[in-house]
Amino acid sequence: MHYEAPVREPLVLGNKSYHDVTVEVAKPIETAPPRSWWIAFSISLLLFLWGVGNILYTIGYGIGTWGLNKTVGWAWDITNFVWWVGIGHAGTLISAVLLLFRQKWRMAINRSAEAMTIFSVIQAALFPGIHMGRIWLAYFVFPIPNQFGSLWVNFNSPLLWDVFAISTYFSVSLVFWYTGLIPDFAMLRDRAVRPVQKHIYGILSFGWGGKAKHWQRFEEVSLVLAGLATPLVLSVHTIVSMDFATSVIPGWHTTIFPPYFVAGAIFSGFAMVQTLLIIMRKMFKMEHYITIQHIEMMNIIIMVTGSIVGVAYITELFIAWYSGVEYEQYAFLNRATGPYWWAYWSMMTCNVFSPQFMWFKKLRTNLIFTFIISIVVNIGMWFERFVIIVTSLHRDYLPSSWTMFAPTSVDIAIYLGTIGFFFVLFLLYARTFPVIAQAELKTILKSSGEEQKKHHSEHDGHH
Amino acid sequence: MFQFSDKAKRFSWILIGIGLIALVFNFVSFGGAHGEEATHATEAHSDHGATPDAQAGDQAGHDAHAAQAGHGSPEAHGEAGHAVEGHGDEGHHASFAHNKPWSRLLVATFFFVAIALGALFFLAIQYAAQAGWSVVVLRIMEAMASFLPIPLAVMLLLIVLGVVNVHHIWHWMAPGISDPSNPHYDAIIAGKTPYLNAPFFIGRAVIYAIGWILAARWLRSASLKADAGTAEDGTRIWKKARQVSAGFLVFFAVTSSTMAWDWIMSIDTHWFSTLFGWYTFAGMFVSAVTVITMIAIYLKMNGYLPELNQNHLHDLGKFMFAFSIFWTYLWFSQYMLIWYANIPEEVTYYMVRFREYKAPMLTFLVLNFLAPLLVLMSRDSKRNMYFVMVAGTIILLGHFLDHFVMIMPGSVGTEWSFGLIDLGLVALYAGVFIQVVFRQLAKAPLVPAHHPMLTESKLHHI
Repeated sequence: MHYEAPVREPLVLGNKSYHDVTVEVAKPIETAPPRSWWIAFSISLLLFLWGVGNILYTIGYGIGTWGLNKTVGWAWDITNFVWWVGIGHAGTLISAVLLLFRQKWRMAINRSAEAMTIFSVIQAALFPGIHMGRIWLAYFVFPIPNQFGSLWVNFNSPLLWDVFAISTYFSVSLVFWYTGLIPDFAMLRDRAVRPVQKHIYGILSFGWGGKAKHWQRFEEVSLVLAGLATPLVLSVHTIVSMDFATSVIPGWHTTIFPPYFVAGAIFSGFAMVQTLLIIMRKMFKMEHYITIQHIEMMNIIIMVTGSIVGVAYITELFIAWYSGVEYEQYAFLNRATGPYWWAYWSMMTCNVFSPQFMWFKKLRTNLIFTFIISIVVNIGMWFERFVIIVTSLHRDYLPSSWTMFAPTSVDIAIYLGTIGFFFVLFLLYARTFPVIAQAELKTILKSSGEEQKKHHSEHDGHH
Repeated sequence: MFQFSDKAKRFSWILIGIGLIALVFNFVSFGGAHGEEATHATEAHSDHGATPDAQAGDQAGHDAHAAQAGHGSPEAHGEAGHAVEGHGDEGHHASFAHNKPWSRLLVATFFFVAIALGALFFLAIQYAAQAGWSVVVLRIMEAMASFLPIPLAVMLLLIVLGVVNVHHIWHWMAPGISDPSNPHYDAIIAGKTPYLNAPFFIGRAVIYAIGWILAARWLRSASLKADAGTAEDGTRIWKKARQVSAGFLVFFAVTSSTMAWDWIMSIDTHWFSTLFGWYTFAGMFVSAVTVITMIAIYLKMNGYLPELNQNHLHDLGKFMFAFSIFWTYLWFSQYMLIWYANIPEEVTYYMVRFREYKAPMLTFLVLNFLAPLLVLMSRDSKRNMYFVMVAGTIILLGHFLDHFVMIMPGSVGTEWSFGLIDLGLVALYAGVFIQVVFRQLAKAPLVPAHHPMLTESKLHHI
């Protein structure tokens, strides 16, 4: 028995029956894609191919083709890596943490957010891979026995912890996502008319029969995976932050990094979910499921996490002064007023000031405004990582080696290429996967559907 | 309606009685030692000389100071290094013994500020997040938040006494420490005076106190007002409470950190950590949730709160469990990064604690992390009132020790002891806490009648 207070807004609009939900979720898969899908797909594919070309060029000629120099040995590569890992966080947060907090509104958005997680982790994993130079020796990142003597991973290095954290995170996210998909694939299998399609979805749905026992196991597995994924949300970006914070570089070594990176990751991840879902709900006419209220809730999370990140920025700045350590003080002075001042203030404007608009209900329920802010936030979060990485490195302890960083066309192409790759994957997903977790959504239709809720309150009124 | 039973009253008066005795002993033993202070200090001093280990520790501390001072001009270097040694060797020990009774009082005071403030934070979160399940325990949080003025008043008193040089828990309040012509001059501390100076410090404390107390009073009175009105009033007031809570949370986001810097971090004046505010918050929150749960169980065991079922208990237990782990996460993050980087100006903080405070530090790690992890992991134990009570007692003891280890090393150094007086001061606060909170609970029904989510909470089932 689930009861929902009348004061809560309905989560499914219109007068939907269970069958309506099935039909509307299956529609993008069963019909030809709209022209807008083809346009978006072509652009993404071109970007992707351009990126692939430049990745091959990098592998062929070495990372000297990037803009790195002796002082700034890490720049766009690791910036992009952290940016993509961060974006992935929202998917896990929605599927795991919001599940534990029983936030029913997650049900319309969790499937796509989890897909986004997986696709963005793939982009992230690319960068350390190609940064190695000799990618064909990439297996050395794992502690595997080998015949080269004492060649072994360095367990003291946070970069190795990253390998473990991200591969665990990717595996658990994938299993979690796939578990949720099983009943929905079965739904597509049962509706499929073409034999090939029926066969494929039949394999994908693992022989799901919808028996009570199946559902019971399904729910148990979901809960266990949610429990596993929750510490993972925290651990992954914590360990990413330690790539920097364990070093003795002013601007990198600061204790607030672990939770602050996690908050920033959720912040950027939700912004990306907004970007994707605002397009998708329009393209596939999902407005009754991904409602303005869903957009509003995500905007509130963006506002809260943006403010947490803001508090962390101010804390860093204040403690740098308070510490009395000259190097710390200079690192932050240089960030705000040095040659990269524009990057710092872009970060501040995009990440701290722009989400404050979401205090106004009018703005946070406005689709166009939300879409713009979601892009702005992702630009800001890219700049955040750039600021942390490049401004801390470019003026090191030795003023004679101070220098600037400039990206080459290869840096830019690879970055844009991953954006293309990401959208290629997401657009393909949107055409072949049920983009809304319809089996889960049906469980709240009676308590949270618009028409159904009206009946409830009338019923209550008669008492 | 809840009635503050004679038994509970008697119990709380006994606690207050024990606490008053402890309070007297706290200061009388200090008075007795007053004459011996000089010898005591010398004794401690010679002890130090005798133990090579302790001396090495002191040396490390000095190195750090000197290293930090070295960042200034060469002139400042010589001067500061010298001065630090001066007050490090003689000034500290005398003032350590002198600070001890006040430090003990600060540990207990801050611990209860944390419990009441944490409850207020959790109350505001319930409104801001439109939580439904927790309506049946809202009144407990309201009552706990109404305790805030008492420990805050003691806090202000401690600050003022520090400023007028009765004690120097906050090392930077020592006279002459930021005066270059004084032998006690400390260049690093002098650099912090724009933030750490008496008027600003007191002003900030007053602002925190006003902000928090006003929020607590507003939320309490709005909730009582809704009881008197209709269902529509309940919804209207709930909507207003959401806005007030959001406003309070913004205020809290800033003040919870600055408060931790002011009242605790500035005790170790040289030391700094960006995570410190959030770390303190995590301890505050888990202590508060634990007390909320324990009061709820007390009420349930005495036949009150029939609306509270095992599912509510399970959820509260989840919060105790999850935020114990969250606290550990932040503890580890701060510790590990400082240990790993091993920079002198930071690592002294843990070197001193690991050398001089090993027993309480290792104990609180077990109590705050391992114990809740093992006791509260299973669903069944979170639904068992006795298990949760045991886990709650462990968590509270652990977080008290955590606050002890945060505050003592910087203010009393090697002069610390842990015993009946420390626990007695907790008993004093606990007695007053029961008096205030239970009287508040007895003033109104235990469940807000017109909260729009009340039915959701009553039917709560997981």
